Amino acid sequence: MLWLFFFLVTAVRAELCQPDAENAFKVRLSIRTALGDKAYVWDTNEEYLFRAMVAFSMRKVPNRETTEISHVLLCNVTQRVSFWFVVTDPSKNHTLPADEVQSAIRMNRNRINNVFFLNDQTLEFLKIPSTLAPPTDPSVPIWIIIFGVIFCVVIVATTLLILSGIRQRRRQNKESSEVDDAEDKLENMGTIANSIPCDSLNMKGGHVNDGFMTEDERLTPL
Amino acid sequence: MEKTRAQWGNPLQFVFACISYAVGLGNVWRFPYLCQMYGGGSFLIPYFIMLIVEGMPLLYLELAVGQRMRQGSIGAWRTISPYLGGVGVASVVVSFFLATYYNIINAWGFWYLFNSFQDPLPWSVCPLNGNRTGYEEECEKASSTQYFWYRKTLNISPSIQDSGAVQWEPALCLILAWMMVYLCILRGTEKVGKVAYFTALLPYCVLIIYLVRGLTLHGATNGLMYMFTPKVEQLANPKAWIDAATQIFFSLGLGFGTLIAFASYNEPSNNCQKHTIIVSIVNSATSIFSSVVTFSIYGFKATFNYENCLNKVILLLTNSFDLEDGFLTASNLEQVKGYLASTYPSKYSEVLPLLQNCSLEAELDTAVQGTGLAFIVYTEAIKNMEVSQLWSVLYFFMLLMLGVGSMLGNTAAVLTPLTDSEVLSSHLPKEAISGLLCLVNCAVGLLFTMEAGSYWFDIFNDYAVTLSLLLIVLVETLAVCYVYGLRRFGAELEAMTSSTLSWYWKVMWACVSPLLMVGLFLFYLSDYILSGTLQYQAWDATQGRLVTKDYPTYALAVIGLLVASSTMCIPLVALGTYITQRLQKGASFPLA
Repeated sequence: MLWLFFFLVTAVRAELCQPDAENAFKVRLSIRTALGDKAYVWDTNEEYLFRAMVAFSMRKVPNRETTEISHVLLCNVTQRVSFWFVVTDPSKNHTLPADEVQSAIRMNRNRINNVFFLNDQTLEFLKIPSTLAPPTDPSVPIWIIIFGVIFCVVIVATTLLILSGIRQRRRQNKESSEVDDAEDKLENMGTIANSIPCDSLNMKGGHVNDGFMTEDERLTPL
Repeated sequence: MEKTRAQWGNPLQFVFACISYAVGLGNVWRFPYLCQMYGGGSFLIPYFIMLIVEGMPLLYLELAVGQRMRQGSIGAWRTISPYLGGVGVASVVVSFFLATYYNIINAWGFWYLFNSFQDPLPWSVCPLNGNRTGYEEECEKASSTQYFWYRKTLNISPSIQDSGAVQWEPALCLILAWMMVYLCILRGTEKVGKVAYFTALLPYCVLIIYLVRGLTLHGATNGLMYMFTPKVEQLANPKAWIDAATQIFFSLGLGFGTLIAFASYNEPSNNCQKHTIIVSIVNSATSIFSSVVTFSIYGFKATFNYENCLNKVILLLTNSFDLEDGFLTASNLEQVKGYLASTYPSKYSEVLPLLQNCSLEAELDTAVQGTGLAFIVYTEAIKNMEVSQLWSVLYFFMLLMLGVGSMLGNTAAVLTPLTDSEVLSSHLPKEAISGLLCLVNCAVGLLFTMEAGSYWFDIFNDYAVTLSLLLIVLVETLAVCYVYGLRRFGAELEAMTSSTLSWYWKVMWACVSPLLMVGLFLFYLSDYILSGTLQYQAWDATQGRLVTKDYPTYALAVIGLLVASSTMCIPLVALGTYITQRLQKGASFPLA
């Protein structure tokens, strides 16, 4: 009788966990891809750890705080490594609804990944989409900060160049006007070399230098 | 007494200014594409032949004209013949068009440069969709680099008819780009020499760093071998020769009036023949150098994508058949596929349509040129390198140096005739003239920051300068040789530089180069006419790829206007001068 009961229980349990069974999820691990040489072997102890993590996740769900490791059933473990799992209720007759299991796994995905040194791509729960991490959005986009810096530098450099150009031109104008002034002064003062101001010379009368006009014969006859 | 013309600080500044003008974005993003299209190493043969036959003679001609006439393009050509002032005006108009649309590339460069200071790089990850369970649809269909370029940078509209609004981010970057140009050019063209030290030398530093990094990347040798394996049958393809001639022509920047403007600030005794050879050889060497860098990066990216594709296939097979993780590798893939096909035929046939055919050649074959190469392909390669922020900053800094160097030359081409004219320079100081020019160009350039701006950019890039330049340079060569007189010009040149003019230059100027120009011009004209309606590539956000569309009529009208406004200057000014002279002669007769 006991054997029959035991046989029934295992049969029922076997039926609860089957590929494509109701409320069953397939899990796929790619340990060698993730860890390379440091890959560990997937054995029954790792399976026990997995069942413990799933039970832990279910305990976080309200009304499911009494989930035990024995309620999590694994089956069809392949070489890949992939397997199916279901979570049963305390009576071990029914499986828990897929939505509850899905939300529980999603909330604790990070911890499950870390336990096995894997990530969302190497520890896949098919049919449970992973929440992608949003990209960090700084309040001010970085490119505007750098743009602002370079823009200010260019404006400052341009202003400096323009101002120095204006100052240079003003100095040139001043110099050329100074040169003009000096030339005017020179003309008014007369030939400085002789230090005889021309104004003092009586241009109308003139002095005849007798040394050059002695005799009329010296003048060339026309 | 004639006001003495300003001069370069020293002859080296002139050489650097020319190099920084000639070595521009075309060397980095057009030449590698041509090399790949026309059979790698064998493209170098038509390239060098065209350099010697067309590039060097025309470059020497422009530098000699500028040095001899000592004026900007309008004044120089008016001196050659009063009827040919229109050639100078056409050069200025073409340079104005180029200056308007070229600086938007620098604006994009600034945008990418400023965005490179983030971890992770914004074009390496797709943004999340509304409920954070996946990535945005457009980004999934295309790639993250394409999404960043088309959506975040350009915010491109589906067609040229939907103009959209001005995007403030590229507009700010454009304003900054113009302020940079103004800063460098406000003291006059001859002061550009000081800036030219940086804009000419810094890109080489970055290229050398990239060369070392590129050659040490995994898979770089694949790209290099693909590039340099010569496909000699391409030599028989006439398009290869035509594209080689076109590339040399536009790469040296002939016909814009920049070279004349730069050379006009030379001392008359300057040996411009030596400088011609230096500038043209440096320009070509830079093209080859940068294509080595580009192809090592291509090889890295292609290998990376190929290995990714293989990994996806391996993952798919491993998951479908529950094989042990790590069992399938690239080396035993084919074997295992065969085994699986025979052992589980039904399941294998289910999986087969999902398996992609991964091919390294197909990845390498994606030849890209232009903005697509710089902003999509290169960024994709950079995001996979270690310390990608550093490489990104270096790369866009180099692009900016190249772009700003060419921009300074273009703006100088427009500025020098303006500052030479008595009318303007007596009323306004140099700083105000250059400021006004930059302001006008910036305002017009804001059109390219609209949502459809990239389509207008493509119009300007493809049609604004090609035909006009060919015509301008053809008229220039004929003018110097036959209107001014080759013998007279040669004698003046020899007297000025006190060195004999080799017969080689004379033959090239008189016969070979004009014939080449005529051939190119006729080819392009017939190409445009025969192709019927012109088409363009529009970005389809729903499909995540480019689609071909026809230009609307008003866009075709703009294209026609662009070409006409520069080419018509030549006959119109000639006609105007003729009429003015007849009127003057008619007016002077009654006085006699």
